[in-house]
Amino acid sequence: MKNETRANLIKQGAIWAFILVELAFFSIAGEFLSVTETAFMDFDNMLLLLKQSAPIGIIALGMTIIMINGNIDLSVGATFALAAIVLLDSMTWPFMQTLGNWAIPLAWLFALATGVVLGAISGLIVWKTGVDAFIVTLGSMLGYRGLVFMYNGEQPTSHLNWTLVDFAEAQFLGLHTATWFLLGAAILLWLLMTRTVHGRNAYAIGNNRDAAVNAGIRVGPHFLWNFMLIGFLAALSAVVFYSESGSVNPNDGMLYELWAITAVVLGGTKLSGGYGSIISTLGGVIAIQLLRKGLGHIGADTETVNLVIGLILIAVLFLDRQLNRKGKEELRT
Amino acid sequence: MTDQTPALRLEGIVKTFPGVRALDGVSLTVMPGEVHALMGENGAGKSTLMKVLGGILAPNEGQIFIEEQPTVMSSPMNAKAKGVVFIHQELSLADELTVAENIFLGELPKKSFGRVDWQRLYDETDAILKTLNVGFAARTRVGDLSIANQQMVEIARALTVEPRAVIFDEPTASLTDAEKVVLFEVIADLQSRGVGVIYISHRMEEIFKITDRISVLRDGQYRGTLNTAETNEEEVTQLMIGRTLDLSRNESTHELGEVALEVRGLSCGGLFEDVSFSVRRGEVVGFYGLVGAGRTEIAETLFGLREPSAGTIHLAGEEVSIHSPADAIKRGISLVPEDRKGQGLILGMNCRDNMTLPQVSDLTAGPFVSDGAEVAIFDQYRDKLDIRTPGWRQLVGNLSGGNQQKIVIGKWLSMRPEVLIVDEPTRGIDVGSKSEIHNLIRELAAQGYAVIVISSEMPEVLHVSDRIVAMFSGRVMREFTAEEVTEDSLIQAISGLTGKTA
Ligand SMILES: Nc1ncnc2c1ncn2[C@@H]1O[C@H](COP(=O)(O)OP(=O)(O)OP(=O)(O)O)[C@@H](O)[C@H]1O
Ligand SMILES: [Mg+2]
Repeated sequence: MKNETRANLIKQGAIWAFILVELAFFSIAGEFLSVTETAFMDFDNMLLLLKQSAPIGIIALGMTIIMINGNIDLSVGATFALAAIVLLDSMTWPFMQTLGNWAIPLAWLFALATGVVLGAISGLIVWKTGVDAFIVTLGSMLGYRGLVFMYNGEQPTSHLNWTLVDFAEAQFLGLHTATWFLLGAAILLWLLMTRTVHGRNAYAIGNNRDAAVNAGIRVGPHFLWNFMLIGFLAALSAVVFYSESGSVNPNDGMLYELWAITAVVLGGTKLSGGYGSIISTLGGVIAIQLLRKGLGHIGADTETVNLVIGLILIAVLFLDRQLNRKGKEELRT
Repeated sequence: MTDQTPALRLEGIVKTFPGVRALDGVSLTVMPGEVHALMGENGAGKSTLMKVLGGILAPNEGQIFIEEQPTVMSSPMNAKAKGVVFIHQELSLADELTVAENIFLGELPKKSFGRVDWQRLYDETDAILKTLNVGFAARTRVGDLSIANQQMVEIARALTVEPRAVIFDEPTASLTDAEKVVLFEVIADLQSRGVGVIYISHRMEEIFKITDRISVLRDGQYRGTLNTAETNEEEVTQLMIGRTLDLSRNESTHELGEVALEVRGLSCGGLFEDVSFSVRRGEVVGFYGLVGAGRTEIAETLFGLREPSAGTIHLAGEEVSIHSPADAIKRGISLVPEDRKGQGLILGMNCRDNMTLPQVSDLTAGPFVSDGAEVAIFDQYRDKLDIRTPGWRQLVGNLSGGNQQKIVIGKWLSMRPEVLIVDEPTRGIDVGSKSEIHNLIRELAAQGYAVIVISSEMPEVLHVSDRIVAMFSGRVMREFTAEEVTEDSLIQAISGLTGKTA
């Protein structure tokens, strides 16, 4: 019993230990290899890192829930782009321009609603057809991305609103707006997954779907809620990011789904569902961002960064498997 | 009893699956406070009938009455709300969640904002666990429990509501004797509270010990109801399978050959220690002990699934080390595992492919798998083991529990191994097929195979074995020959009451 909780702690602590190792490694390696003068562990640098983690981080939090459910959502990147377009474009609509700064909350609302609706479409299809979420969201990924291109062709959609930019660049208690959104979402979702019936049912469904059905949990509507939630989060991520940048390219958000999944898996959530934690995903997100920044710091180019992250991901999954085999007498597989 | 209103009445239930008429106009009446046994061969339709009652399957025809009120069970939740609780034949648990969450799965107590009321959840779970007298706590992760304890969790689910009727579908298949006693107390308690209990089992001793009436199904048809006090095993068997059985002890003897498998001082971590025994060609060696005595782990070690920490394994006099199941199969060792769902079967594959899976690379015609050869093997063992299926194309997941077990056995028999290890070969198998499997095991031995039978059922080991190894908590307590063994000495040996290894 005691052993079990310890093993669990080790599992949940692993990602944070990994982050510490990264910090130590890049600080030391940075001394010798750094292309700049500043230290890696610089405070502002770390704050910036958290801010930069936010867009993929917020999506990854939602992906955690979807994956605990035993599903996957590949359409989040496209949802992100489409919500961004709605956000920026809606502010140029004539009636919105008459509203002055009141247009901002309305634009946010439109963007978030777009995310929820797109999520609901995927969720409804998964529920009603029973087709695997991988296939369904592969389809919606292509479809939503198509909509993005239909909107403005290859052209970027731009609209810069200075009030928005000020808001997005604000710092409160030292943390950037985006960081607050990331942390806030993490705490709310953590509460959702650990404290509420909906959260606990999500684990049950991912763990043993038949058992959940037998126990009378309505799996379809449950999936729908979670897809709406991840759609909302993808849109929230877009709102946070594009309030500042003010311009969307039709290719924006591509591969976000894969980065989000990578962060979730690094955080220890099982691909097969039923096990995982929001807080560990937050760790996974930070670990990836650290790697990117750290490798950049010591002068590696993007290709190398991706290669290293890929290798680390495989190594982590392998280690996880080894740790889960409790010893020699354990069954071999 | 006659002028009471029945707790539950089923009338003319018909349920068909593609190619199968699983239930054909079945009627059944359960009184409050009675334990009603439901018996029948594998595939007779017992579980299907209970699934209809539990709201999992919708019947094609027929009517369900609760206290004489016609009712429609639209879902398992709905059935539970109406007081009908179904404890499944197969475990239906989420093993990453805690005991408490599993017991209240689908009906976690709520506070405001949909929050789980943990306090109430744990309190209520503790109260239930206390009546069950189990050794685990509400917060334990279900995956960390033994199969037997998981079964107890499943049983605990029945106690979360004030039930009118509780259905137990083969609840004792993986329970130890001590846990069975607790289960029977739970059933007696339900009974005294006026709950109607439906009890499905293939074990006659249990049926005669705890039930009041016995209803028998055969091929989806209702065959009749007997008062337990006024009947006997023979009559029930007759009703179930249409003939009587010879249940005497093994007396056939045949020539034993040289030693096929010898194990010396084998240990594996804390699972078992210093185990030595040998099996000769033509011999059946029974391993008897309580659940958890380490018998399955020995079998898994011999089959290359676990790595021994000490000791040696000799095959035909030659020392070998077995690193994987593939290794074991190549050297002629086969294992029919205990957990058919987890280890023995691919439920989404059809019957034939499951059976020929380990040898599919040998059954080739040119570059392709030879369909004909596969079907021939399937047909042979379907007849030999009397597997009830509409055809080889049926998915194994759709077979009845007992017939799934037969597919696993057929799969390994068709490999024609030198050493065959069978772990709980007749768990969940009806009396008729049980004796067929026993005969088959004897027959295999007579043909010169060395056979190890692991079983928790005393009549079974006594019936099939030439020699019996009694185990207690990871150690061999004693070895008996078929002539010298008695039930008492065997019970003593497996409860750790005798002294050292004989
Ligand atoms: N989902 C399904 N699809 C097709 N056939 C099915 C399905 N479920 C059950 N059957 C068939 O219905 C028949 C009755 O099965 P059932 O599981 O009720 O038997 P049982 O009496 O419980 O047997 P056992 O003692 O082996 O558990 C079997 O022939 C089985 O193959
Ligand atoms: Mg059954």
